[in-house]
Amino acid sequence: MITLTINGNKHEFSGDPSTPVLWYLRDELNLTGPKFGCGMAQCGACTVHIDGVAQRSCVLPVAAVAGLSITTIEGLSEQGDHPVQQAWIEHKVPQCGFCQCGQMMQAASLLAANPTPTDDEIVSNMSGNICRCGTYPRIHKAIKSAAKTMASVQYFDPNEQGEKV
Amino acid sequence: MNQDNKYFDLNRRKFLKTSAIGALVLGTYFVGSAPRAIAGVLEQPSELAKRANLFIALRPDGMVEITCHRSEMGQQIRTAIAQIVADEMEAAWDKVIVIQGKGDPKYGDQNTDGSRSIRYNMQRLREMGASVRYMMQHAAAKYWKVDPQTCTANQHVVTHSSGKSLTYKDLIDLALTITPPEADKLTLKTRKEWRYINTGMAHIDLADLVTGKAIFAADVREPQALVAIIERPPVVGGVVKSFDASATKAVNGVIDVIEIPAPKGAPQFQPKGGIAIIAKNTWAAWQGRKALKVVWDDGKNGDYNSEEFKKSLLKTVQTPQANIRDKGDAMGVLAKSSNKLVADYYAPHLAQAPMEPPCATAMYNKDSVDIWAATQNPQADMKTVAAMLGMDESKINVHVTMLGGGFGRKSKPDFSAEAAYLSMKVGKPIRVQWTREDDIQHGFYHAVSAQHIEASLDKNGAIESYLHRTAFSPITSTFSEGATTPGSFELRLGFTDNPINTPNMKLENGDAQAKARIGWMRSVSNIFHAFAIQSFIGEAAHKAGRDQKDYLLDTIGPSRIVDVTEQNATYDNYGGDKAVYPLDIGKLRHVIEKVADMSKWGRELPKGRGLGIAAHRSFLTYVATVVEVEVSDAGDLKVIKSWVAIDAGTVVNTDTVKNQTQGGSIYGITTAISDGITFDKGRVQQSNFHDYRVPRMSDSPLEVEVEIVQSDAPPAGVGEPSTPVYAPALCNAIFAACGKRIRQLPIGNQLKA
Repeated sequence: MITLTINGNKHEFSGDPSTPVLWYLRDELNLTGPKFGCGMAQCGACTVHIDGVAQRSCVLPVAAVAGLSITTIEGLSEQGDHPVQQAWIEHKVPQCGFCQCGQMMQAASLLAANPTPTDDEIVSNMSGNICRCGTYPRIHKAIKSAAKTMASVQYFDPNEQGEKV
Repeated sequence: MNQDNKYFDLNRRKFLKTSAIGALVLGTYFVGSAPRAIAGVLEQPSELAKRANLFIALRPDGMVEITCHRSEMGQQIRTAIAQIVADEMEAAWDKVIVIQGKGDPKYGDQNTDGSRSIRYNMQRLREMGASVRYMMQHAAAKYWKVDPQTCTANQHVVTHSSGKSLTYKDLIDLALTITPPEADKLTLKTRKEWRYINTGMAHIDLADLVTGKAIFAADVREPQALVAIIERPPVVGGVVKSFDASATKAVNGVIDVIEIPAPKGAPQFQPKGGIAIIAKNTWAAWQGRKALKVVWDDGKNGDYNSEEFKKSLLKTVQTPQANIRDKGDAMGVLAKSSNKLVADYYAPHLAQAPMEPPCATAMYNKDSVDIWAATQNPQADMKTVAAMLGMDESKINVHVTMLGGGFGRKSKPDFSAEAAYLSMKVGKPIRVQWTREDDIQHGFYHAVSAQHIEASLDKNGAIESYLHRTAFSPITSTFSEGATTPGSFELRLGFTDNPINTPNMKLENGDAQAKARIGWMRSVSNIFHAFAIQSFIGEAAHKAGRDQKDYLLDTIGPSRIVDVTEQNATYDNYGGDKAVYPLDIGKLRHVIEKVADMSKWGRELPKGRGLGIAAHRSFLTYVATVVEVEVSDAGDLKVIKSWVAIDAGTVVNTDTVKNQTQGGSIYGITTAISDGITFDKGRVQQSNFHDYRVPRMSDSPLEVEVEIVQSDAPPAGVGEPSTPVYAPALCNAIFAACGKRIRQLPIGNQLKA
């Protein structure tokens, strides 16, 4: 039995421990925000946060996240209003939208670690996430907007619940 | 609430009573094959509703349901259709709900490709919206016993000149007593009166897309559904010789192993066949597939080697081929010329590779099948599934999910047929999930092509004679077994309609085999035709010692209407009436001049930088693109910025057009930098994004500046036309930056040499 926290809720997993987190989330928990795009950590559509850091859930076995905290797009914000989500709306980033949950999770993780990324830092941090619709210029602009918002506004961070260490 | 509702019988033009809960519902009928809109009121829900193409339902609570019968794959068609209808009917935007239409011939064409959703539908959608507005005005006038001309509809409210008002919700029952107007009695809004059309308003699904709530094919959760992953024959036409599923069946969670029959005759949209692993969940199916052992009989395509094929295609275009267009005496002038430019171009197979791999869920119920699929063409799903299962098409219910990209791949519903067949065999709902490897290795590929162009230049450097031969594996082979000659629907894509203004032109097409399944990819054969023509013009400009942009303008010649059918050519103009959508060189010149201004063409650039330009008309839309690149001494390429001017006639959503144009440009980078799809022993040699590279943010310009030409012309295509110009603009820029000419795609290591 593997226990882990997903979007703030405790879960117990009793299946094949080599199952990638993505398929546990999608098939067992019906959390379909993380998408399947490649199955080999090449495209980033499946990106979730593991203890606040963006990772590719399609190659990450459930066994590797025992005891850890997973956040999916469904848990990024309660009202869908994380600064990154707001910036995505402001810049009307999505076309088909399939990759965008992964893009936003990657961007949120980047900004949590580096609140003022340079243009090149955005490019190097986001180049693991493919968008076939080609929304890269808008993603880039949205991340810069979100960074500005986050610099001026306090927001809820699910990974900082309770007492800070 | 009046429970005894009425519907309007369009044939008899009178109301009939029914007794279901009612709503004002409006649709159009097709008169013969012409999609002329006639307004009618129907009652829903009812079998009677099936008699019309329901597009608008004004519900008893005042909400407006607008049906989108085209597939949503990022082009925001759901929003555009709602914008058109809501604008003409004066609906308040916060009272608009978009309903996704199922596959049904009653809607007319639903094949969401060819950049034609707005072109085909804008007029009838406007007429339907205007019909509702008319009926609301007339209902209010009837209630108040006043002249309808004194009543104005505005944002869900009808107001009389005296100031009194009624809401649409108040008027529904009364509106059911108003005879809908004939189309020619309708007053459509003027362009100045538009409040939604031709704005950049946010798309209707945006909030769902940024919260993960939008439902794509793999997100459909049918209770009891099992998951299938399929091992397909690696070679087209290959069949299962034998297989051993003992290890597969030992995998925990695997429920069944089922052979899918091999297709018969031409590929069409039939499944490739193979062995399906049915499991409780995706991971179990995945593991089961890895444990499967199959021996294949590769069949007649097992000898396909794309490197050999490339040589044969390049050889084909060296010798005279079938005439496609002929003007003057191209061969005679070329034979005598002492100032010739000759170039061969090659472009490989490509895979569309939408972010969402193909996926469909099917539920077979003895006398019907329900399918939830990421399909661009639900009526093709109906036909394909009906044929495979031996059922009537009317029994196949196709529910269209959101598509995680399409790019042409998802107009070929082999995946839906797989799901339907397996559900029939297993007796449970089945979700067929393609892996990325499946998508890359079992696709319908963009045609591989070779082209030969020669031109003689006169003393001023102008093209006085032009010969262009094209040969590519044709899409016709997908529908007609062994076909080697493309249809005019493939040649018309940037080849037959060559815009070069020269007294002597000869266009020829050589046959080519197709040893893979060939299909449409965003802008289709425009990609390689525009690449060759626009690269060649760049080469000729250099040979003539002229500026690229000036030479391009001179080469397409003065503003005028060109009718290529006058030069012994078959040309259907994308199905567009040539009186309405002529090949207008003036418009092509205009986008070139505009993009030159935008990019400050002619400015000084640092060493290693270069600007390239290309222009092309496709899907009745005119696009010109400038690309700025930097090529380092080591041969590393960086795309700095792009500028695009697009004239697509009337546009519905300006922001969507910009987003599509930016995205279509970046999709065009694929055609240049991707490794392409290659074959050996009939097998695709790439498998996933590590060896089939598609543009990432690091390959993309961070800015693609788009300007839309403001136009009152009828709407033309938007989704595809920015793609074909990109590769030639990029390659012309590379030449300007470092003097290396790319004639063969992908670019690969050519800049390193």
